[in-house]
Amino acid sequence: MKIDPKTFIKDFQLNFCIQCGTCTGGCPVKYRSPLNMRRLVRETHLTDNFSSISKRAELWACTTCSTCSLRCPSGVKNVELIMGIRNFLANKGEVPSTIRDALENTLLQGNPWGRFRDRRADWAKDLGVKIFGEETSETLLYVGCAPSYDPRVQSVSNALVSILQKAEVDFGILGKKESCCGNEIRRMGEQALFKKLAKDNTALFKKSGVKKIITISPHCYNAFKNEYPDLNIPVQHYTQVLADLIESGKLNLSKGLEISATFHDPCFLGKQNKVFDEPRKILASIPGCDFIEMDRSRERSLCCEGGGGRMWAEGGTEGKRNGEIRIREAVAIGAKTLATACPFCLLTFEDAIKISGLADQIVVKDIAELIAESI
Amino acid sequence: MNKKIGVYICHCGTNIAATVDCEALVRFSSTMPGVKIARDYRYLCSDPGQDLIKKDIREHSLDRVVIAACSPRMHETTFRNLLLAEGINPYLLNIANIREQCSWVHHDREKATEKAQNILRAAVARVLGQEALTTRRFGVQPSAMVVGAGIAGIQAALNIASGGMKVILVDQAPFIGGHMAQLDKTFPTLDCSSCIFTPKTVEVARNKQIELFVSSEVKEVTGFVGNFKVRIQKNPTYVNFARCTGCGDCLEACVLKKGVPSEFEEGMARRRAIYIPFPQAVPLKAIVDKESCLLLSKGKCKKTCVEACKAGAIDFDQKEEVIEKEVGSIIIATGYDPFDPRLLPQYGYGVYDNIITSLQFERLSSPSGPNLGEILLKDGTVPKAIAFLHCIGSRDENTNLHCSRICCMASMKQAHLAKEKTGAEIYEFYIDINAFGKGYQEFYKRVREEGIFFIRGKGSEIFKRDGRLIVAAEDTLLGTPVEIPVDLAVLGTGLTARRDAEKVAQTFGISRSADGFFMEAHPKLRPVATQVDGIFLAGCCQGPKDIPDTVAQASAAAAEVMSLLARGEIEVEPTIASIDPELCAGCKLCIEICPHSAIEFLEMKGISAVNEALCKGCGACTAICPNKAARQNHFTQTQVLAEVEGLVT
Ligand SMILES: Cc1cc2nc3c(=O)[nH]c(=O)nc-3n(C[C@H](O)[C@H](O)[C@H](O)COP(=O)(O)OP(=O)(O)OC[C@H]3O[C@@H](n4cnc5c(N)ncnc54)[C@H](O)[C@@H]3O)c2cc1C
Ligand code: SF4
Ligand code: SF4
Ligand code: SF4
Ligand code: SF4
Repeated sequence: MKIDPKTFIKDFQLNFCIQCGTCTGGCPVKYRSPLNMRRLVRETHLTDNFSSISKRAELWACTTCSTCSLRCPSGVKNVELIMGIRNFLANKGEVPSTIRDALENTLLQGNPWGRFRDRRADWAKDLGVKIFGEETSETLLYVGCAPSYDPRVQSVSNALVSILQKAEVDFGILGKKESCCGNEIRRMGEQALFKKLAKDNTALFKKSGVKKIITISPHCYNAFKNEYPDLNIPVQHYTQVLADLIESGKLNLSKGLEISATFHDPCFLGKQNKVFDEPRKILASIPGCDFIEMDRSRERSLCCEGGGGRMWAEGGTEGKRNGEIRIREAVAIGAKTLATACPFCLLTFEDAIKISGLADQIVVKDIAELIAESI
Repeated sequence: MNKKIGVYICHCGTNIAATVDCEALVRFSSTMPGVKIARDYRYLCSDPGQDLIKKDIREHSLDRVVIAACSPRMHETTFRNLLLAEGINPYLLNIANIREQCSWVHHDREKATEKAQNILRAAVARVLGQEALTTRRFGVQPSAMVVGAGIAGIQAALNIASGGMKVILVDQAPFIGGHMAQLDKTFPTLDCSSCIFTPKTVEVARNKQIELFVSSEVKEVTGFVGNFKVRIQKNPTYVNFARCTGCGDCLEACVLKKGVPSEFEEGMARRRAIYIPFPQAVPLKAIVDKESCLLLSKGKCKKTCVEACKAGAIDFDQKEEVIEKEVGSIIIATGYDPFDPRLLPQYGYGVYDNIITSLQFERLSSPSGPNLGEILLKDGTVPKAIAFLHCIGSRDENTNLHCSRICCMASMKQAHLAKEKTGAEIYEFYIDINAFGKGYQEFYKRVREEGIFFIRGKGSEIFKRDGRLIVAAEDTLLGTPVEIPVDLAVLGTGLTARRDAEKVAQTFGISRSADGFFMEAHPKLRPVATQVDGIFLAGCCQGPKDIPDTVAQASAAAAEVMSLLARGEIEVEPTIASIDPELCAGCKLCIEICPHSAIEFLEMKGISAVNEALCKGCGACTAICPNKAARQNHFTQTQVLAEVEGLVT
């Protein structure tokens, strides 16, 4: 498919822009890269030489957090513009090599890291989890790529399984048949591959008799909820499910944890999908958990930089990472645990803790891990 | 008798003639049955154009006229008056719109001419069946009601009263003045709001022609222009205004010592359950808030207020009262609500201290406000840096698309006041400076001279770092992101339609435009009228305005009212419906559909009948009546069918 940048003006409503700078002012990578969204909108609108714009390394600095487009007073589709430009590059085969690898891996193995398809469900081997196709269930726990393969995030998958089992929720996973949701694929510019994944996954869910989906990652949640055209199956992020289970008394948190914790709102859960209260409700219901709010919370949460393909991008940014800024903020308010509810946040914060040498002062945990500890 | 029609085709300069062959139309017209004479002319609406028609009427004894020209909305009245002057019933005129509906929207001359012929044929066919009609006349009540007593309502009421007419002034608040009463100094001249305003509120209270209802709302409006019946509900204040002297002894005595946030002070100060909104309030009376009063909300209180009141004014048995009035005309002046910045959580309003709205700043800066005019932070210290953020809740697709028009100026006025009072470093975050009024650019220049920093970029968010508020934005002129630490951030919150605008619109039968404000009859030519005859608009209820524009519009609305009342009677179009008693089967379908409740059922006869005074001639009953009993003057079955036939042959 050929992409004509001339249609960007209409597709992304670039001519609506009033050059107010709200987008740039709130961008989490504004000090980390030369990316200036306001200027990009105007340049793309007026240029005769689009390829000179599309060559800029900073286009890969965008985390697709969507702060810009959510705040834009003029209805400019900023993030779609970034994705459109990346799509243009992907079609010409001009994406950075690490991104290209991630895209190819997903095509071949169904995950951006290129781990074997056949080993996707190894983590769940001894957990007694139903597998769709072998046993039946109506509720799908859609695991996602990082929670399937990354050892750090597998701990979250394990935790969630034990919680759901404890609460006697009937659910299953797709096992080896599960494939990448495509959320990050679309954001790295491979719209065609995303469409294929959406189509195949939708068909698989329907064939398997799935009536309800629970996701571990807010990114998968976002793709299913907002970007799969024909899904029509209700989807919940696991924090919404746990908040319900706790409230209805089906899940009892008996063990006290004696921690002081704060919560980092993942962009794809909070800002973009407005799930703000459930994670906080869950944390507040853990006995002994002293919950402290960071200054930049909810709609003003500072993006961790893990989204939009940044997990696979190299370079393009400079200076102190937001992950580090975030860790320091959490330490400064006296939190000993930084809780989050997203695999990418978890991984970027693990990194940031190591880099900043604050490992003796704070740990990062997924909410599911904390709940598993307290049941 | 043979009908003699004159057909006149207007060139409208080149507006029509460039696209439609007018001479061909003349030739074509002469072939139609009943047409006695046909002519074309450059501008029919001009005096020579009209003279031409008049001459023909006399010479050829014409009895009907068709004008092929612009929309009837433009000149129907002009030509009806012409007919009247020549002794022909004005309803024997028909206008064929060959401009808006033909020449303006087509390019192909041949096809446009053909279409114009069709329109003309239809018009001639219709005029043959048109009937002479006479306008109806009704008397007018020589009084008006003004709803809302902000500066708009007050100005309108005083103007009408000084013209010698009675005015009923209704405000739902316990005091008059609206938002202007809350302002400190006013741009661009910096006169103190209460100094220019108090004389007016006092005059309202003093003026014998004005009957004031505070804490009241209009519940129902019936009738029609010149003869409205209104029901006003006076809500209980639990204080007998005739006795209360406004001494304030009860306030001190109220047991609710911690108080609740004061509405007038925009939550910057607290008030008791019984309170006087502010020291210059008109009327200066105490009122009890039933939400916070312990006796009224919980049923139990020592009633120390009652003990304290030497005048014996407090009366917890007061009930709401409904008053009925008849007025000839109504002005709606219900003003605006400030935008609620909680809807844009990125600005941290309600999360942090020292982020306030522009209206809160007015109270902060006002000598009668909570700090007696000193601009201080929550902890009592003087701010060293202050940010003003423009366009919060305006010019934003996520909230309101409209520009609120006053906030650029209000922000700059406040920047000036803050500079003068604190010497702080001041930043204005703006997209465009909207300084459109008389003396406004000059004021903008003055504020720049005073050393205020203007950053061209909209504030994106506010967060906290090292104990200070950080305003994040982009300096778009430099192309660099900025994060500026300040101690006080003032959100230039926009003006929005009032929360209850829909309810008010329904009560009065008026409409709202897309921005939520009440809609004027014509945005340029009838800016203070509504589609309901006899109901006018003034002030910010029609759209955001500064005080000069508000006052100007209020005076215009008052002038409209006075010219209506002065006439003593009104003419009403005769194009209304009637129901043929012979044909009506009494099915009541028409009663159901009539949007103006103009049809009543005559129980004795078992049929429906139209109330001529109420019918607006919308035609709904005519369309729905299964027995063709409902018939609308000037739009009869015969006339409409003749027109359609003319179009399609
Ligand atoms: C922060 C700020 C600063 C400003 N500074 C300036 C300035 O310096 N100079 C300037 O020219 N303009 C200024 N303005 C604009 C000014 O406030 C308005 O132009 C003016 O107040 C509009 O008056 P109004 O009568 O139309 O509306 P309002 O002042 O809103 O009055 C409406 C009245 O109607 C009553 N009402 C509402 N609904 C009903 C109902 N259903 N039934 C009965 N009564 C009802 C209300 O109680 C109120 O009394 C400022 C505005 C703001 C927000
Ligand atoms: S926020 Fe929207 S309108 Fe403002 S500069 Fe960015 S894209 Fe343009
Ligand atoms: S999506 Fe986020 S990272 Fe990307 S340009 Fe917008 S604000 Fe910046
Ligand atoms: S009754 Fe009690 S609470 Fe109510 S106004 Fe009087 S003293 Fe205050
Ligand atoms: S007047 Fe100024 S601050 Fe107010 S909405 Fe218009 S441009 Fe924005």
